[in-house]
Amino acid sequence: MPQEHATLLRATGIAKIFGSHRALDEVDFDLRAGEVHALLGENGAGKSTLIKILTGAYQPDAGQLEVDGQEVTFRDPQQAQAHGIGTVYQEVNLLPNRSVAENLFLGRQPTRWGLIRRREIEERARELLKTYGLDIDVRAELSTFSVAIQQIIAIARAVELSGKVLVLDEPTASLDRTEVDLLFKVVRELKAKGLGIIFITHFLDQVFELSDRVTILRNGRKITTQALAGLDATDVVRMMLGKDVAFDHHLTGIDAAARGAVRVEFSQMGRAGSVAPFSLTLHEGEVVGVAGLLGSGRTEVARLMFGVDGADGGTVMVDGKPVSIRNPAQAVAAGFGFCPEDRKADGIFGDLSVRENIIIALQAKLGWFRALSREDQIELAGRYADMLDIRAADHDMPIKLLSGGNQQKAILARWLAIDPTFLILDEPTRGIDVGAHAEIVRTINRLREEGLALFVISSELDEVVAYSNRVVVMRDRAMVAELAGADLEPDAIVRAIAGTGPAQAEARP
Amino acid sequence: MTRPTAHLRPSSKPPAGRPRPLANFFTRPQVIALALVLCVNWLLFPGFFSITWQDGRLFGSLIDVLNRGAPVAILAIGMTAVIATKGVDLSVGAVMAISGAVAAVMVTSGQPAWLAVMAALAAGLVCGLWNGILVTVLQIQPIIATLVLMVAGRGLAQLITEGTIVTFSDPVLIFIGTGTVLGLPTPVFLALALMLAATLIVRRTALGLLIEAVGVNRSAARFAGISAGLLLVLAYTFAGFCAATAGLIAAGDIRGADANNAGLWLELDAILAVVIGGTSLMGGRFSIPMSVLGAVIIQAMNTGILISGFSPEFNLVVKSGVIILILILQSPISANLLRRKTTAHSDGARR
Amino acid sequence: MNRALRPLFATTAIFMLAYLMAVAQFPAMLSTRVVGNLLTDNAFLGIAAVGMTFVILSGGIDLSVGAVIGFTTVLIAVLIMWVGMHPLAAFAVALIVAAAFGAAMGAAIHYLRVPSFIVTLAGMFLARGAASVLSPDSIGIKHEFYSAVSKAYILLPGGGRLTTIAMLMLLVFAFGIVLAHRTRFGACVYAIGGSETSAALMGVPVARTTIGIYTLSSTLAGLAGVVFSLYTSAGYSLNALGMELDAIAAVVIGGTLLTGGYGLVAGTFIGVMLQGLVQTYIVFDGTLSSWWTKIVIGGLLFMFIVLQRLIFSTSARKRKTVGTP
Repeated sequence: MPQEHATLLRATGIAKIFGSHRALDEVDFDLRAGEVHALLGENGAGKSTLIKILTGAYQPDAGQLEVDGQEVTFRDPQQAQAHGIGTVYQEVNLLPNRSVAENLFLGRQPTRWGLIRRREIEERARELLKTYGLDIDVRAELSTFSVAIQQIIAIARAVELSGKVLVLDEPTASLDRTEVDLLFKVVRELKAKGLGIIFITHFLDQVFELSDRVTILRNGRKITTQALAGLDATDVVRMMLGKDVAFDHHLTGIDAAARGAVRVEFSQMGRAGSVAPFSLTLHEGEVVGVAGLLGSGRTEVARLMFGVDGADGGTVMVDGKPVSIRNPAQAVAAGFGFCPEDRKADGIFGDLSVRENIIIALQAKLGWFRALSREDQIELAGRYADMLDIRAADHDMPIKLLSGGNQQKAILARWLAIDPTFLILDEPTRGIDVGAHAEIVRTINRLREEGLALFVISSELDEVVAYSNRVVVMRDRAMVAELAGADLEPDAIVRAIAGTGPAQAEARP
Repeated sequence: MTRPTAHLRPSSKPPAGRPRPLANFFTRPQVIALALVLCVNWLLFPGFFSITWQDGRLFGSLIDVLNRGAPVAILAIGMTAVIATKGVDLSVGAVMAISGAVAAVMVTSGQPAWLAVMAALAAGLVCGLWNGILVTVLQIQPIIATLVLMVAGRGLAQLITEGTIVTFSDPVLIFIGTGTVLGLPTPVFLALALMLAATLIVRRTALGLLIEAVGVNRSAARFAGISAGLLLVLAYTFAGFCAATAGLIAAGDIRGADANNAGLWLELDAILAVVIGGTSLMGGRFSIPMSVLGAVIIQAMNTGILISGFSPEFNLVVKSGVIILILILQSPISANLLRRKTTAHSDGARR
Repeated sequence: MNRALRPLFATTAIFMLAYLMAVAQFPAMLSTRVVGNLLTDNAFLGIAAVGMTFVILSGGIDLSVGAVIGFTTVLIAVLIMWVGMHPLAAFAVALIVAAAFGAAMGAAIHYLRVPSFIVTLAGMFLARGAASVLSPDSIGIKHEFYSAVSKAYILLPGGGRLTTIAMLMLLVFAFGIVLAHRTRFGACVYAIGGSETSAALMGVPVARTTIGIYTLSSTLAGLAGVVFSLYTSAGYSLNALGMELDAIAAVVIGGTLLTGGYGLVAGTFIGVMLQGLVQTYIVFDGTLSSWWTKIVIGGLLFMFIVLQRLIFSTSARKRKTVGTP
């Protein structure tokens, strides 16, 4: 069916470079009228960069865009909109403080003698939303409606203003099942009207439910574009995550039994709307890997463990003694360390020096009055910088001037400096150069040998398999499987993530 | 990794301070600005730099600049801590009025001077604590939270003085405003002592580093296990204490508590002093001595305008010019120009 | 119910209650005389507060309004008494100068990307300084136009007077209400206050609107200066000292969220009247002193800030959980 429709939007040879990082490399993409085209990829795969280029927020460094066969360049989103391309983002980019009607008509309100004709706006808004199956009070404040309704209002506005291509950027991330159904119904109707829809999500079942074709990106390159009809979830996950899955895992040949005594024990920790209650025991000298797609709840687990978010219940035992972890300060006092995923927002202190960034957690643990002397700081920073090969011309330079890999190593050094018992690493190797990558994997292995307990989240399956004693798999905000020993190989992880593996008791509706 | 070599670090530098050769100090824009202002003053009034010793005390225009600038300098010391946490305290002028009123009313009602001073300082601490609690517990933006006390504070001060200017002749309070310690006017001595004490405390303990960390990135501070809330409360309380000290000086200077005019608009001068001193309103790196230097620059400008025969209000125009200049220097346009320079520098620094 | 209206209902209720209690204690307060005076005495505050409402709705703050009022009174006095202009011509010049001043501040805020409080702080210094450079001393204004205006009023039943400046304030409020709620400019102001990024994505001309907001605020401050000049028949650089704080308090007490996006111009009117009522009550009482005004206003300000905090943070939390299973 979609084959007989014309191509609405075509991108060829798109490249985008940020500094020394190649975010997109020779990516082709096309969208036909009357199709839902899913765009998949993990964080850093380049999908948001591609979307921003297609919608005019970024300009490509190479390649060209065509709309209806005509070559175009977009200087800003308004221009893309004028060419018929509209976008709806996950965090609804409307005005929560204004009425539904005003959100629909902002910037193009009908006026008479300079005065807005409010009744006419409300009438037209009501009629417009009726075509989307919504019968709501259009005078009410937008924020009084659920996110699903807000999404539909955002879609209605985007379609009104553009009307050819609709980009849905993770629209379902915070919706429940009935809301997703409501949204999908709207999308199918728009598709039937001949709109081309680009659908970005990390819920695989929704991809299969709604989409006609899929494009998968990985590390800034296009892996494939094909019809979904011939694919299953395992194929898709494999293309998203794996190198080609036939890699040399178990490089180091980890002996799962080599672990020591129980170090940290989490039982029945959970948080409503974030992570289902889980229990996990970590031993000395053990790396527990975490696999799962973006949005599976993997980061949320780490945040609960470290007290960043408060748990609804459950207990934590460290070395057999119960401890209370209600905030990160308590976690640090208990000997925990956490390298967060968003290095820039939650990790580094950009204006502080490399040295201060390394000693800051130890200083926080020591308290206000036991200040580390300058000599101590220099010694500590020097020791860990050498250990992790942090490349900075000078430890007094602001850390924001270092490369991503060196920043990441500095944050790792920060936690090693407190002599931790348990270390949480959330995507420690994302977005960093090859050398730093290898150094961090080496460090994980060494720390395990030194007897630390580590909890490592990564979407690089070959890597997780290479350094983990066990891997827990997360899907739909719950731990769904645990793989160890002979089962610990990438293909089994892929199957568990996709929900088709043998370890699966339940499947998602 | 090579360590920074020893000769780069003057041994007098406190531990958490950044190593800076002394030559750097004299090429800082603030120091150059002060030198320029002082030179202009000298051209206008050739006797500007002459200092004499008389009756156990230093006299001269320079000493006058320091003496007049002391209250703003003291406010700026506290304001520096608050701004470093990415906050601002608009209430310090009103707190000055409250502190002066408390001290004046207590001595006139027959209380001993030391008790009056303690009570005034305690009032400042309470005001600061109030601001700190609004900012941390109720999580109200600092500019809004401190606005409440800015509006109500003068009313409270008038409530204490019952609307009159309470004059006193208590020698201790007058000494705080106009006395002499070690040949220096007491306000100058207090400002210097507070500056040294505060600098030592923040740099010898971990407080300075932790405050900077909170100001640079509050989220990362949380992840690193820093209790930001306590630090914020401490910063605002300290600002309240400094304001109370400045309030005592202002009251002692005029031998009375004027709830309407004591410290009027000085919060703005204090913010300006901190910004001139190089602490960014976006929080982070701070330097208390540089803020004090900023206060001295402001006062030197005021004095210059006075001796050149302009009306004292003219310095408002000059101040606004200084703010505009700083804003343009810190704007994205000039930041872009600077970034081009620094990236070139850091590329060279990277191996 | 629209949660944005809740603080306004609270203000209105407090105003009614306070007025009733005041009347119960002093029956004389229930007269058109008192109401007329309330409007006249607060005319300049009300006019400036309308401009401040737009600034705060957009998420900014304008610390320069008191200084602009002071500057305008001096400029008008200089133009009339020294230059010999007709008052109406002087008013026009003053309003144009004020508008240009506001436009410059708006441009600085937008293009230099600095917090509004620091830019308008510089504006405050500049306006006060310029006023005292023009004339450090108070200049009395004697002109038949001034005496004519002071004699022009509508006699209300019961002996109250609706003066020209009171009517001017009511007119400005009407203008502000229409501008905020019935024009594209008003919609853009609310949009920027709600979310500047969303507004920009939705095609709101952020630069033009920001400059417009501060131009409006300064122009209305200039108009408040005109009214102040008519009210006192004098120009003095220290007129309306600290008035920006009263205007901010009136806006917040009137139910506008200090972080922007929510509020009504009509609420500001009640905020101004509540402040006036406190002052009138204190005058009637005779034993209470004037500083109680500041304390009560500060207390109300605190109450409303906390109230907004509670209303908006709880509903935000509620909204977050919507949609998660």
